[in-house]
Amino acid sequence: MSKIDSKIPEGQLEEKWSKYKSTVPLVNPANKRSIEIIVVGSGLAGASAASTLAELGYKVKCFCFQDSPRRAHSIAAQGGINAAKNYQNDGDSTFRLFYDTVKGGDYRAREANVYRLAEVSSNIIDQCVAQGVPLAREYGGLLSNRSFGGTQVQRTFYAAGQTGQQLLLGAYSALERQIGLGNVQMFSRHEMLEVVKIDGKARGIIARDLISGKLERHFGHAVLICSGGYGNVFYLSTNAMGSNATAAWKAHKQGAFFGNPCFTQIHPTCIPVSGDHQSKLTLMSESLRNDGRIWVPKQKDDKRKGNEIPEEERDYYLERRYPAFGNLVPRDVASRAAKERCDAGFGVGASKMAVYLDFAAAIERYGKQQILKLGIDNASAAEIRKHGMDVVKEKYGNLFDMYKQITGENPYDMPMRIYPAVHYTMGGLWVDYNLMTSVPGLYALGEANFSDHGANRLGASALMQGLADGYFVIPYTIGAYLSAEIRVKAIPTDHEAFVAAEKKVQDTITKFFAIKGTHSVDHFHKKLGKIMWDKCGMARNEKGLKEAIQEIRQLREEFWKDVRVTGGPDELNPELEKAGRVADFLELGELMCIDALQRNESCGGHFREESQTEDGEAKRDDNKYAFVAAWEFKETGSFELHKEELNFDVVHPSQRSYK
Amino acid sequence: MNLTLKVWRQKNAKEAGNLVSYKVQDISEDMSFLEMFDVLNEQLINKGEEPIAFDHDCREGICGMCSMFINGQPHGPLRGVTTCQLHMRSFKDGDTIVVEPWRAKAFPVVKDLVVDRSSFDRIIASGGFISVNAGNAQDANNIPIPKPDADKAFDAAACIGCGACVATCKNSSAMLFVSAKVSQLALLPQGKIEASARVMEMVAQMDKEGFGNCSNTGACEIECPKGISLENIARMNREFYVAKLK
Ligand SMILES: Cc1cc2nc3c(=O)[nH]c(=O)nc-3n(C[C@H](O)[C@H](O)[C@H](O)COP(=O)(O)OP(=O)(O)OC[C@H]3O[C@@H](n4cnc5c(N)ncnc54)[C@H](O)[C@@H]3O)c2cc1C
Ligand code: SF4
Ligand code: FES
Repeated sequence: MSKIDSKIPEGQLEEKWSKYKSTVPLVNPANKRSIEIIVVGSGLAGASAASTLAELGYKVKCFCFQDSPRRAHSIAAQGGINAAKNYQNDGDSTFRLFYDTVKGGDYRAREANVYRLAEVSSNIIDQCVAQGVPLAREYGGLLSNRSFGGTQVQRTFYAAGQTGQQLLLGAYSALERQIGLGNVQMFSRHEMLEVVKIDGKARGIIARDLISGKLERHFGHAVLICSGGYGNVFYLSTNAMGSNATAAWKAHKQGAFFGNPCFTQIHPTCIPVSGDHQSKLTLMSESLRNDGRIWVPKQKDDKRKGNEIPEEERDYYLERRYPAFGNLVPRDVASRAAKERCDAGFGVGASKMAVYLDFAAAIERYGKQQILKLGIDNASAAEIRKHGMDVVKEKYGNLFDMYKQITGENPYDMPMRIYPAVHYTMGGLWVDYNLMTSVPGLYALGEANFSDHGANRLGASALMQGLADGYFVIPYTIGAYLSAEIRVKAIPTDHEAFVAAEKKVQDTITKFFAIKGTHSVDHFHKKLGKIMWDKCGMARNEKGLKEAIQEIRQLREEFWKDVRVTGGPDELNPELEKAGRVADFLELGELMCIDALQRNESCGGHFREESQTEDGEAKRDDNKYAFVAAWEFKETGSFELHKEELNFDVVHPSQRSYK
Repeated sequence: MNLTLKVWRQKNAKEAGNLVSYKVQDISEDMSFLEMFDVLNEQLINKGEEPIAFDHDCREGICGMCSMFINGQPHGPLRGVTTCQLHMRSFKDGDTIVVEPWRAKAFPVVKDLVVDRSSFDRIIASGGFISVNAGNAQDANNIPIPKPDADKAFDAAACIGCGACVATCKNSSAMLFVSAKVSQLALLPQGKIEASARVMEMVAQMDKEGFGNCSNTGACEIECPKGISLENIARMNREFYVAKLK
């Protein structure tokens, strides 16, 4: 029998979740009080899970590496959150959100999970509003929506350009409430460094107190990994500096399969790299593509400034290639098209690795509308422009300011320069319908799991998934496991499994300091990032991937011989923290390339140059690759592939076309 | 450009600290202030010295983690930006820049430029929420909220919890931070039910944490990177007196 059991409930798609909910075993309130749950992470997934489980009566311990749970990287999400509320009466429904998500993911997600996600999406908005999350409203006092990522309905709820911040602060306030009530014990500035397993089940973690450097042992009847995505494998990404794969990777090495590691999302609209000093990339919200037009000069190596190039000498390549969707094609398509133009020598800016995102046309169009509205006759061009700029400012002012802050250029006068950047990881720990990994008692939620987004995530769907997992899925599904665990007493942490796990962590730390090499951790991280970006980035091929695997192995060897970790183990030591994270990235990066090599088809964010149509579009191969790749860890550099076959009973896969 | 930095170094909470001078060369004006620190730290590591510890994470002005006191101003000379969004364009060749941690009794120094702001979390835990469990909420559009109220609540909710308001205040008062949360929730119908208890609890916790009193100097509003307005303090005072009279 295959080692993979996705535990999808029987029955019609529409009934699976409601039937499941009403039949899943429950844990009675008295027993909940003696059951302890560990939650690693305080982002949307972690904070919502920790607070909700505590509300139900479980004893919860929650961990994050920042100085406060409120700073998890979910805080940075800008654009919005989807929900099938159909408040706009424009034909949205649970089914449509489900359908769009499966299609957008290029048919590499599980139907049952996606349907459940679409079903609970409405509850999320209700919950957040009840918590006091100030989502954008219309003058009539009702909630406002916008369209996002090229969908045909307006289902995205938002709070200016700070949706993630507001949703996270809502979840954080629920979490703090439970902390105040004594139901959650919070461990900020703590990093989980190992999963403890006893008799094959997850029973706790080893965490390092980042201030004192002390290693701590924590018992739990179950452990939830809510540690976010691994985009920082690429060194440069839109993720926060501290975002990392360590928690997920340690879980993987303890037996949790890793699902679709090669599925990464490269976001098309980010501020381009400006020099070697660059430490991170900044996203410019996708919403800008609603009004901005993307172009490059028709002439190679054009030295003129963007606003000096006349209309007829511009190539609006998205509008040219994809007349039906134009500038609103999905992220993966837009990113590849930008790369294609730059690789062909048409890029702009000092690095030539950028394209223009231009608001001149939008400013003029809005300006004319305003003039009409205000009834101004014979308006001058300058007047029209002024009115247009006011409209653009109201819609995107904070993004324009941010752009100006970072680049020193004024985007009202000069088209923005943008380039794709690593943004999100669809891959992650493989989980079944219950969100349990292949290790009993070990769960993964939010971006850390291999998720419902298949090979490409649609805009505004990650926030939805994180909160769905935490508020509405795990509180039910965890009962299926814990109801059989009520007789298990808290295991004392002097148990040999805890001792051994702590020793393993201690040995790694000791090893770091013993190397006394010549290069900083960042030096290795940057090198890894370059290999990943060049050979496992927006386009991948067999030769490059094989080279990348060799190069990463070699880099890993060098790292373990030559890294320099300054300071000591018993203090706040950011270099030591980074060393541990980069050591794990050096293993994960290899698996990503192995997975990309295995998947000889193009789907979603994964583009294999060998598998494209005549006009250069991605070509899927459903006969061979309609499966989730779930990798089992054997030893460093060695993994076994298990395949979870994907069945599409409701949505029938077709080739995506945006022409 | 070439710069001289005078940076606060302090091994841990117990030991005394002092300002140490460093030189950095070839700093590009496109670098952010924190990237300039990355360059300095790389230099220190290459020399075998311990790099400077500082807090940061998102580097896009939203997580509230970065917290440097630069030439006597929290988050440096520019208005409306966090340290991570401050770029070297704001400085010129040959400048000497003094960098210290936030200073307040309720924010003890942990190491170098890193301070402990967990007092803010405890204030939120004391009442900065609406008591609603997951799963019980009614339809989100059942209670319309006038747009001006919703917008004002949003403006208050934009606080990133960085603590610059405390760091700049001569009394180390946390009024701007606390009032932002009190206001956000008091402006919304969902938050009104617990409004009185909330303001009493949060103010009591604020005092307990050792933050100072507000003497209306307004420095907090000027230095707040998110433009949190003093109006919030006025609103909180009103809420507080109403609650006391009850
Ligand atoms: C710039 C940006 C904009 C985005 N915009 C949108 C958007 O508009 N709409 C949308 O739907 N999605 C958006 N996304 C994606 C979305 O924000 C994320 O996928 C989502 O917030 C992830 O939430 P999470 O809870 O899984 O993880 P995170 O929020 O990343 O939280 C991870 C948590 O785990 C903790 N942690 C990690 N490792 C450890 C460890 N070893 N020990 C202890 N704790 C640990 C961290 O401290 C943190 O608390 C955006 C992402 C970025 C980067
Ligand atoms: S009120 Fe302003 S300065 Fe104070 S914590 Fe909030 S964002 Fe920072
Ligand atoms: S690092 Fe997040 S606000 Fe500065």
